Amino acid sequence: MRDPTDRPDGIPPSPAAAGGWTHASNRGGGAAPHRPAGDGTGSPNAERPAMAAWLALLARELRLALRHPADTLAAVLFFVLVAALFPFGVGPAPETLARLAPGALLAAALLAALLPLDRMFGADAEDGTLDQLLLSGLAPAAVALAKAAAHWLTTGLPLLLATPVAAAMLNLPVEAWPAAMAALGLAAGFLSLLGTAGAALTLGARRGGVLLPLLVLPLAIPAVIFGAAGIEAASAGLEARPYLLLLAALVAAALPLAPLAAGAALRVE
Amino acid sequence: MLEARDLACLRGERVVFSGLSFRLAPGGALLLVGANGAGKSTLLRLLAGLLRPEAGALLWGGADALADRAAHAARLRYLSHQDALKPALTARENLQFFARLWGGEVEAALAALDLLPLAELPARVLSSGQKRRLALARLALAPAPLWLLDEPTVGLDAASVGRLGGLLARHREAGGMVLAATHLPLPLPGAGELRL
Repeated sequence: MRDPTDRPDGIPPSPAAAGGWTHASNRGGGAAPHRPAGDGTGSPNAERPAMAAWLALLARELRLALRHPADTLAAVLFFVLVAALFPFGVGPAPETLARLAPGALLAAALLAALLPLDRMFGADAEDGTLDQLLLSGLAPAAVALAKAAAHWLTTGLPLLLATPVAAAMLNLPVEAWPAAMAALGLAAGFLSLLGTAGAALTLGARRGGVLLPLLVLPLAIPAVIFGAAGIEAASAGLEARPYLLLLAALVAAALPLAPLAAGAALRVE
Repeated sequence: MLEARDLACLRGERVVFSGLSFRLAPGGALLLVGANGAGKSTLLRLLAGLLRPEAGALLWGGADALADRAAHAARLRYLSHQDALKPALTARENLQFFARLWGGEVEAALAALDLLPLAELPARVLSSGQKRRLALARLALAPAPLWLLDEPTVGLDAASVGRLGGLLARHREAGGMVLAATHLPLPLPGAGELRL
């Protein structure tokens, strides 16, 4: 074993470090001499910009999702299977199916995106990671935003890619597929944000997995309305843009609010 | 200088402890001892800023430590009962994440707890003692003045306890402070004792 005192980054003993630690104006881990002290922001973590920490968290979430692709696969297969049930239930009449397709796509996608939500913070809370994240120097809202972004990238994006398969089974006109993908991508983003707040609120609650959809799905109704209206407009040869813009406005409103709510819920534990 | 004045903590309706005061000078160490359920872990979580004290004050250098929780978080390392490891990531990847948060050298930290031979193994195949060593390796990343350790030696073999002793000694030489809850003897010479 190497003697850790001779390591290049000079972990203590260092007189400067010892001096700095006794001061009330702490400088975080600023004792390592090879690192320039601070970037002028004056925050305790100045030498570790918050953005780098946030990206590190996002990268770790994505890496974990890649190691456990079952969650993503389950959501995508659930989405495709629910879409495949409609032709059996409604009957294979092409017009009826096409009429149902926009709403069915949205409902199936939102239900599928809900699947991984109840473990979003639960696993981290159980193995102690959540405590470390709350002590990481990142604001709790930033932790929640990273979780929401990771959820969209690992669930919303794959659903978007699977949309043509589901749309074909529901006999949605090919002209409406781009609008359907845009609507599903935005609606899934909205659900990622709402769901993060819901997952943080239901963390530690008994039957949290049941509570979560009851909390989140009613709030997702506007996304279903605008998303389905957009797809319907596109399949009728009309402009889908206004509906998609309204959907984007929903996402823009939830983007700051949902992580703040989730962060506050995580703080309260 | 860390100072606690008349700290009290409630969990639900139950008073876990109250009127708790202590001071810890740079280089000092304090062992928290007491029966199961006496509130050792709760006190550590409170000192980390993860819980709010019901009454009393926690002072860092004379100023309220919990007023700016991000600043307080940046000056401490908290080792909880759980190891905060992701089973799917390798030992090195687990540590790399914290190195990106705090700085520090992953290889040196792995070496400090003799984990280099296990660096490429996923954390799920490590034994409980090896997981504990990997959690302890976080302490060997970038320095922080206050270490809060909850039963740091659970599951460790004698050689690893010795390595932890080296880490603790260097940390205290540099003016760092240690608060450790434990039922087992810890390599912390001259440590005070706080009975809960």
